[in-house]
Amino acid sequence: MAIDEKLLKSVIAEVLKEMNAASDAPVAAEEVSASEGMTIAEVGDAQKGTNPNEVVLGVAPAFGVSQTKNIVGIPHSAIIKEIMAGLEEEGVACRIVKVYRTSDVSFVAHDAAELSGSGIGIGIQSKGTTVIHQKDLPPLSNLELFPQCPLIDLETYRSIGKNAAKYAKGESPNPVPVRNDQMARPKYQALSAVLHIKETEHADRNKAPKALKVEFN
Amino acid sequence: MRSKRFEYLDQRPVNQDGYALDWPEVGFIAMNSPFDPTPSIKIVDGEVVEMDGKCKEDFDMLDAFIAKYAINLDFAEEAMAKDSLEIARMLVDINVNRSECLKYTTAVTPAKLVEIVGNLNVLECMMGITKMRCRLKPANQCHVTNVKDNMIQIAADAAEAAVRGFAEMETTVGIVRYAPFNALAIMLGANVGRPGILTQCAVEEATELDLGMRGYTAYAETVSVYGTEDVFMDGDDTPWSKAFLASCYASRGVKMRFTSGTGSEVQMGMAEGKSMLYLEARCLGVTRGAGVQGTQNGSVSCIGVPAAVPGGIRAVACENLIAGMLDLENASSNDQTFTHSDLRRVARSIPQFIPGTDYICSGYSATPNYDNMFAGSNWDADDYDDWVIIQRDLKVDAGLVPATEDEVVAARNKAARAIQAIFRELGLPEITDEEVEAGTYARGSQDMPDRDVVADLKAATEMLERGVTGLDFVKALYKAGFEDVAESVFNIQKAKVVGDYLHTASMLDDKFHVISAVNSPNCYEGPMTGYQISPELWDKLSRIRTAVDPSKIN
Repeated sequence: MAIDEKLLKSVIAEVLKEMNAASDAPVAAEEVSASEGMTIAEVGDAQKGTNPNEVVLGVAPAFGVSQTKNIVGIPHSAIIKEIMAGLEEEGVACRIVKVYRTSDVSFVAHDAAELSGSGIGIGIQSKGTTVIHQKDLPPLSNLELFPQCPLIDLETYRSIGKNAAKYAKGESPNPVPVRNDQMARPKYQALSAVLHIKETEHADRNKAPKALKVEFN
Repeated sequence: MRSKRFEYLDQRPVNQDGYALDWPEVGFIAMNSPFDPTPSIKIVDGEVVEMDGKCKEDFDMLDAFIAKYAINLDFAEEAMAKDSLEIARMLVDINVNRSECLKYTTAVTPAKLVEIVGNLNVLECMMGITKMRCRLKPANQCHVTNVKDNMIQIAADAAEAAVRGFAEMETTVGIVRYAPFNALAIMLGANVGRPGILTQCAVEEATELDLGMRGYTAYAETVSVYGTEDVFMDGDDTPWSKAFLASCYASRGVKMRFTSGTGSEVQMGMAEGKSMLYLEARCLGVTRGAGVQGTQNGSVSCIGVPAAVPGGIRAVACENLIAGMLDLENASSNDQTFTHSDLRRVARSIPQFIPGTDYICSGYSATPNYDNMFAGSNWDADDYDDWVIIQRDLKVDAGLVPATEDEVVAARNKAARAIQAIFRELGLPEITDEEVEAGTYARGSQDMPDRDVVADLKAATEMLERGVTGLDFVKALYKAGFEDVAESVFNIQKAKVVGDYLHTASMLDDKFHVISAVNSPNCYEGPMTGYQISPELWDKLSRIRTAVDPSKIN
């Protein structure tokens, strides 16, 4: 891609705008919660981004609060760290929001994509199921889907961040290799149902997505 | 100190599965929940004003839809007044025929359906399934997928599965953008193996319809309905939007069925405290009310949920039976893995395998399970010999036939060469001779060379953008010298124009004749009635490849 001066200027302007917006954001957190390795603060309604160099990470209603680990016990803080690291490696900014209106991972990811300046979003449920989405796709479609949450390790979460970043930059990355274990369902489906019931109890159809401020300790 | 007996038992496969006790308050219960409604109906001036204990004013959208479209109101008061136990006995009574049963079962409410089957033990359920199945002959469906979305392997596996007897085949994707190639590969491979096999590609609903309209698929099944309003709305849907989608398929002449199953609502955390089977009865009411010819049910991908609670597998048999009681074609799951135990997975399939359903599995994995992109099936390609030998042991036609290595290898090779040729003709990324050979002899994707995924995905997207249709497949196959395959793929497209295969429980034979519940209805009325295995088929089923001929032993 040829970078002309005009495009460069507009990118710089966007970044500056984004930085100012960040410092103007209300610091008074509505709700702060600590989970293993991080504190999460809600800082008002999530805004639609204008920075084309960002990916929005949407988390489901119970994420990091009433549930703090995924289905195989990986702490949510570690998951977020890896996804952010994957994005950072590609030089793409990450904004985190919490989606309340649904616990369905496709819609969480699609809502995140709609808020994202690049149109690329990642959705993640508390039990760990993850989707990379694009705002112009039908909600139940996706760019990449990782449906078997017990198989997603930290390395995969990092690759998910990396690939989302590449989509945001307009590249066509090799999809993160799909993993399949036919024994994941026998072992985990009942537990998965229970975790999802508990997550859905925190969903609120009428609540707007909130911006999150995450600090790792 | 630990008991050595228990220490050993803990290691057994059956104890690697997840189990839970009932939790009826959130609907974590298979059937007969204390919170399920009591059956009732009140009709005033031809309108249902009360159903299952709820007044019209309190109906949610499912109640409203079912009350308006799903129940034969002309006979409803009489049917609802009949004792549920009496109707249950009719289902297992060989002196009461299918039509007489249907008169009652299509005129009752969801709560009544559940109450009726709640009286049956699992053996009686199987008697009911044998009689209430729509089509005379049972059949089987398979999954053809792989973890690499390798289209040569899909074509070859589909061709082999066709030789082995499957009447319908379903693919899906690891990466969504591969969908057009997978759909093409399974249609082509299946029709190499046996002309007239119906194929589908399970993806997001709009894409699935689009593929059907372009002629890449011959039917659709992944049109899901749910038993509570909240789950429907979570998918941005209503019974009316699903009915509209169903009519889109019908108007294009593409066969379709809905999908639903016990456990999906509680899996999504929105079961309203009702039992899994009651919610499934509501789904089937919506299916019938929408005028759809059939259902894929039997818990499907949620099987781990009912299987984890007491009586769950019985409830799954009950939901298959209810499909028949509503005169719906039944593709009866037996698809997804739910257990580490070989004993449990066979036991789970008995209630459909022995009585026979329209499609016993939906589907059986035509690959080793590591390649099954529906997260594993209850039966896979490594079980092919087990399945045909169990058929032979019990003298049951469960849809498959024994196959020899030579015929399988020949079919796989032809399918691999056909997809190589069609890719060349359509200007798609090259398929090499090495890939054809690998596909011919592969057990699974571990035996397949890697492809350039980025180039494939780009080409697949461009193929759709170019507007390539099923007819272009026909032309390309013909030009490449695969006239017979071209003709089969053409005949599949023709079936949509004729539309006869939209009838209940249809499939096509190798001459493209429709076999359905209309021209070949189930007529079971006790011993030596209904479907019988012909002497020719029995001979074929008997001749498994490992049996010796005693007369040839000196």
